[in-house]
Amino acid sequence: MKLLAAAQTVGNPVANIAIFAVFVLITLFVVIRAGRKKSSAAEFFTGGRAFTGPQNGIAIAGDYLSAASFLGIAGAIAVYGYDGFLYSVGFLVAWLVALLLVAELLRNTGKFTMADVLSFRLKQRPVRLAAATSTMTVSLFYLLAQMAGAGGLVALLLDIKGRTGQSIVIAVVGVLMIVYVLIGGMRGTTWVQIIKAVLLISGAAIMTVMVLAKFGLDFSNILGSAQAAISGSANEAVANRDVLAPGAQYGGSTISKLNLLSLGLALVLGTAGLPHVLMRFYTVPTAKEARRSVVWAIALIGAFYLFTLALGYGAAAIVGPDRILAAAGGQNSAAPLLAFELGGVVLLGVISAVAFATILAVVAGLTITASTSFAHDVYASVLKSHDVTEDEQVRVSRITAVVLGIFAIGLGILANGQNIAFLVALAFAVAAAANLPTILFSLYWARFNTRGAL
Amino acid sequence: MSRTNLPERDALSSRHAQYVAVQHSTEFQDLRSRRRRFVFPMTAFFLVWYATYVLLGAFAHDFMAIKVLGNVNVGLLLGLGQFVTTFVITGLYVRFANKELDPRAEAIRSKLESEAS
Repeated sequence: MKLLAAAQTVGNPVANIAIFAVFVLITLFVVIRAGRKKSSAAEFFTGGRAFTGPQNGIAIAGDYLSAASFLGIAGAIAVYGYDGFLYSVGFLVAWLVALLLVAELLRNTGKFTMADVLSFRLKQRPVRLAAATSTMTVSLFYLLAQMAGAGGLVALLLDIKGRTGQSIVIAVVGVLMIVYVLIGGMRGTTWVQIIKAVLLISGAAIMTVMVLAKFGLDFSNILGSAQAAISGSANEAVANRDVLAPGAQYGGSTISKLNLLSLGLALVLGTAGLPHVLMRFYTVPTAKEARRSVVWAIALIGAFYLFTLALGYGAAAIVGPDRILAAAGGQNSAAPLLAFELGGVVLLGVISAVAFATILAVVAGLTITASTSFAHDVYASVLKSHDVTEDEQVRVSRITAVVLGIFAIGLGILANGQNIAFLVALAFAVAAAANLPTILFSLYWARFNTRGAL
Repeated sequence: MSRTNLPERDALSSRHAQYVAVQHSTEFQDLRSRRRRFVFPMTAFFLVWYATYVLLGAFAHDFMAIKVLGNVNVGLLLGLGQFVTTFVITGLYVRFANKELDPRAEAIRSKLESEAS
């Protein structure tokens, strides 16, 4: 019980909030500056297509490296070991699909949304409706996952345990997200992503260096200590795990093995179908820049997942599985706890502010994707049969963003406490099943038709 | 798009005809097949390699647990190998695209634009 109490009062809530507030102020400033540019539809939906490849690549990494991948994967590696690492391999390899098959061709065909690409080839109305529905479904699940994650994170960092308190925090996240999207549009949210990606990746890099230094730059040593810590766990199920080999999480029955296979498939094929990632390819001026941005994204994401590997095992070795599982956020608290062990209150504050910022940035990215899809595909093309000006589309999209934000706040409060990674996997599965095949077919297969798509 | 009036529509359809002509040109077909000849085998390769890895992860725990260097085992090396191949394929593709695709695409574009003006 003593351990439990120690874990829950980790860090100084005031310091955490202060660091986080600084981040919010800086990003708000950037967003407001970005939002001052004239707001044509292309400006609002794609940031005027004026981003360079590297900028967009960093933003993609920012969109992609959600709190679920930072906290969730580090936590999964800390507790389940190798099976957590399987996630990150899938998340990375998936980018080859985006690079080789999707990015450049998509840039050359698209306007604002995924449905634009599809309706080049297919009958407009049904396809747009379907594409918008799937965009919004995926975005919503993903949003939910992030919102639920915000609740858990806050529980740990600010020591807010009551549901009301957590709900208020979720509401604050939602309101901030709405503000970002309304003021900044795509340009503003892209800058938020860039800032956040830089913070997140450098934070992870610093922690990795500290972990490595602690074990004398010997990776094998970290692994050994991690296994020793796991084996020493008070919980017998945990202690029996071999965290260096696969099987701790998906080992048992054949069904759980099949689960792993289908998860692997969903991860690889889902990424290139995630609407908020797809939409990023429209913010660059040319196909060449789209390619460059994916290359940057792959490099950053790859490096990041290598860091999480060290962080996950490091957390197991230094913090230990029992304290991680006993902490308020469960598995998800592995990375913050590790930060506290390594760098005290300040590092914990920075890392948790970064994690929080991550959630904020990703929800903003999702919201703009979903609201663009609604305004452009459903409202303009289907309800009004194109009889709207682009200004009106922007207006509708803003309203959608607000409605969606409120909706997400409500659902996020309800979903508070759900497993983040599960919700994310669900979103990936929908994206893999619905979006990627239709996109690939319309890009590569000459005889693809409307009926097939639906 | 559907609100365009008639003259604009004529212009659109003449541009449309131009694009179709480009699509049938040997240069464009060449570009397309070059891209596909690189992209499809690469995709097949990394999907198979990744599938092998996941299958091993699911069904061959003992094999993955064989220690190679200190506590570093086969599973970890294979996982890191996935990272390496991803980076390598990315590099190869970028080199290929810069050398083979971009000049050809640029040639087609400038031809199209000089015809249009």
